[in-house]
Amino acid sequence: MAKQPVKNKNPFAGNWFLTAGAAITVFMILFTLLGQIWTPYDPSLPDENAMSLAPSPAHWFGTDSFGRDILSRVMNGAGTTLLIAFLVVLIGGIAGVIIGSLTGYFGGVVDEVLMRICDLITAFPSILLALIILRIMEPGVKNVVWVLAILFVPSFARVVRTEFARCRTQNYVKLARLQGAGPFRIMLRHILPNVWPVLLPAVSIGFNNAVLAEASMSFLGVGVSASEVSLGRMLYDSQNTILRGAPWYALTVGLVIVLMILGFSLLGEGLRQRNR
Amino acid sequence: MRYIGKKLLTLLATLLAVSFLSYAAFEMIGDPVATILGTNATPEAAAQLRADMGLDRPLPLRYGEWLWHFMGGDMGTSYIYRLPVREMIGEKLAVTLIMTLMAVILTVAVSVPAGAWLARREGRPVDKVFTVLNQILMAVPPFFVAVLLTVVFGLLLRVFTPGRFVPYTESWPLFLFYMIFPALSVALPRIAMTTKMLRASALEELGRDYILTAYSRGHSRRSALKAHALKNAMLPVVTFLAANAAEMLAGGIVIEQLFSVPGIGRLLLSSIGTRDIPVVEAIVLILAVWVMLIHLIGDILGQILDPRVRL
Amino acid sequence: MDKILEVRDLNVSYTTEGTLFRKKEVQKVLKDVSFDLYAGEALGLVGGSGSGKTTLARAVLGLLPRYEGTVTHYTPRPQVIFQDPSSALNPARTVGWIMEEPLLIHGKYDAPERRRRILAMLEQVGLSEEYLDRHPSELSGGQKQRVLIAAALIVRPRLVVADEPVSALDVTIQAQILKLLAEMRRRHGLSYLFISHDMNVVYQLCDRVMVMQEGRIVETGAIDEIFQHPKHPYTRQLIEAAN
Repeated sequence: MAKQPVKNKNPFAGNWFLTAGAAITVFMILFTLLGQIWTPYDPSLPDENAMSLAPSPAHWFGTDSFGRDILSRVMNGAGTTLLIAFLVVLIGGIAGVIIGSLTGYFGGVVDEVLMRICDLITAFPSILLALIILRIMEPGVKNVVWVLAILFVPSFARVVRTEFARCRTQNYVKLARLQGAGPFRIMLRHILPNVWPVLLPAVSIGFNNAVLAEASMSFLGVGVSASEVSLGRMLYDSQNTILRGAPWYALTVGLVIVLMILGFSLLGEGLRQRNR
Repeated sequence: MRYIGKKLLTLLATLLAVSFLSYAAFEMIGDPVATILGTNATPEAAAQLRADMGLDRPLPLRYGEWLWHFMGGDMGTSYIYRLPVREMIGEKLAVTLIMTLMAVILTVAVSVPAGAWLARREGRPVDKVFTVLNQILMAVPPFFVAVLLTVVFGLLLRVFTPGRFVPYTESWPLFLFYMIFPALSVALPRIAMTTKMLRASALEELGRDYILTAYSRGHSRRSALKAHALKNAMLPVVTFLAANAAEMLAGGIVIEQLFSVPGIGRLLLSSIGTRDIPVVEAIVLILAVWVMLIHLIGDILGQILDPRVRL
Repeated sequence: MDKILEVRDLNVSYTTEGTLFRKKEVQKVLKDVSFDLYAGEALGLVGGSGSGKTTLARAVLGLLPRYEGTVTHYTPRPQVIFQDPSSALNPARTVGWIMEEPLLIHGKYDAPERRRRILAMLEQVGLSEEYLDRHPSELSGGQKQRVLIAAALIVRPRLVVADEPVSALDVTIQAQILKLLAEMRRRHGLSYLFISHDMNVVYQLCDRVMVMQEGRIVETGAIDEIFQHPKHPYTRQLIEAAN
């Protein structure tokens, strides 16, 4: 008997994680996008009359030691963080999909070699590896993006490779081959659509990890340069204010980072549960 | 036994590859002559120093020699401080190691009972609440936990003095007390992950035939869980924990900064900054050895817990 | 009658990978297999599991990397209908896409012509237009097999290799699909190489039958002849098992 149609079902129904994740993520993206065109105050304008103020109706997140409005800075700086995360996932994801699909579909020596390289990269915690490499290089958005993107490749390549290796043995692929489809047609048109369900959660978790990595790197001073404003960089700036008894800078910036990560994390979990 | 031998062999090969790659990479980026003499040294003096240090010899030879000395316990001399590297990193290594160990112990101590407790209450409101809470905790980065702990316990409750560090040479109890906060920061998201993992794993075990048999023999749900499932449920958790221990080691390095802990991470960062290559190389190799050892221990524990995969 | 497939002295062996602890092993799967297949004929291939029938199908389809002997096709590419329709239909695609893809690969027709052919074929296999947008997960086993037959026949093959096409289905559905296969054969003048372990199923569709045991064709002949006067003991065994 024909099963009930699956695709017409509302994907959010009964999936708490997907609903909450999507809501938080959409909110954070809108918050960030708004920050690129409008902020309550000029994010880089110091105000001598409003230095180190605690949160108030005039300054919801308070002000920093130069009197700059923290909410404005966070809205604006989140753009840098999100841009880095986007580029890292885009570059790392595309490279991962290409490597994963080639190795998974063809197998053989290339597969063996590439997977050993991936093993070597992941044998070491990637945060530590990123830290060491970035400390050697000049700080800056470009370097952060490249280093993180390369370190993110294995996570995508693995997921895609497993799916391609699984699909390769399915009869519909054999059938396509008998119909005269070439390997690239099979990979792109026949197998790739089957990989989306596992790739989407991986992309979401990739965003989660990329935001976390940018924040950690910039917080340690090896991420974006001093002239660039990102969430991690603001956390770095806020370090001293904690001990001076003005923790709201670190707390508000941290809260925004947590919300961003939480959105992507819940979204990833929700997408993963949808596959079951 | 053969399995562990094989693991050990791949591990050594990986270590060799990692150590050579990092040695070669760091030799390329930092010219020790410039580091030591500064930029306005005469060419003659530079050449003399180069020969004295043996830098005119081929890289593989120097690498082999370095590795040989390293295994004998001689990690070289810092370019900047002119001190033996071993002396410089000894205490700091201990600090980071203890911090990581505390984080691992915290993770196991909280998540194992919590996972089993939640598995017994599957589907009840508490379980649902904690599942959501867990998912949220998983997303909270260690540095934010650190900020919260500092604000709450340091500034508001004044349980500890923020920014203070007590070396263990001074007072062990005080040292351990101060290390709880960084360790907890690193461990909190991992506790959430491990609890989730263990709950799922225990539930899967509870659904298996032998547990159902145990029910029919009159065991209560509680004792059935204790007697059979927990041991089997631990299996995937052990490998998971091993991977997490490595991540906690890395996470700790980020956290050292916030709690002013003079661990290996801060030394690593400052040494890369000053191009003090011998220190950097030593730390990287030691960290690599630790990470590999953690994975090996995870593998061996997995073998002990699960006789089925023993080869 | 026109010959459309000629197989001569086909020998296939698999070599298990040798490792440090195990020697390479050579296993003969097909031994000196020769037969002809004529236009419009339905040739059955019966045998137990492991008898080598699927290997023979793969050889005919050109899916084997290595073999000895010759496989000669006198027609364009043969098409195939697999046993398990759920793995043979791409789960991420719709029925319409699955049927259009072979036409796109052949690249002969424009969009309106493709659509016309798809709708015509869909009707022939007994499915309505509304199935075009359905995914395989929304179809029953019999419907899946119908889509698979439609996708195989849409490129107008002369020869179709059917590897246990009904053994995964309920008995009532089996009969429907067998009827459909017979009808399509009549309508399009198809030839079948029809593989099954079930003598009864072969009897319902085929003119001629080959019995295969351990990689060798032990008996071959007209279907009625074989059923009434089986010569080989293995053939007798298969007929008994079917009743």
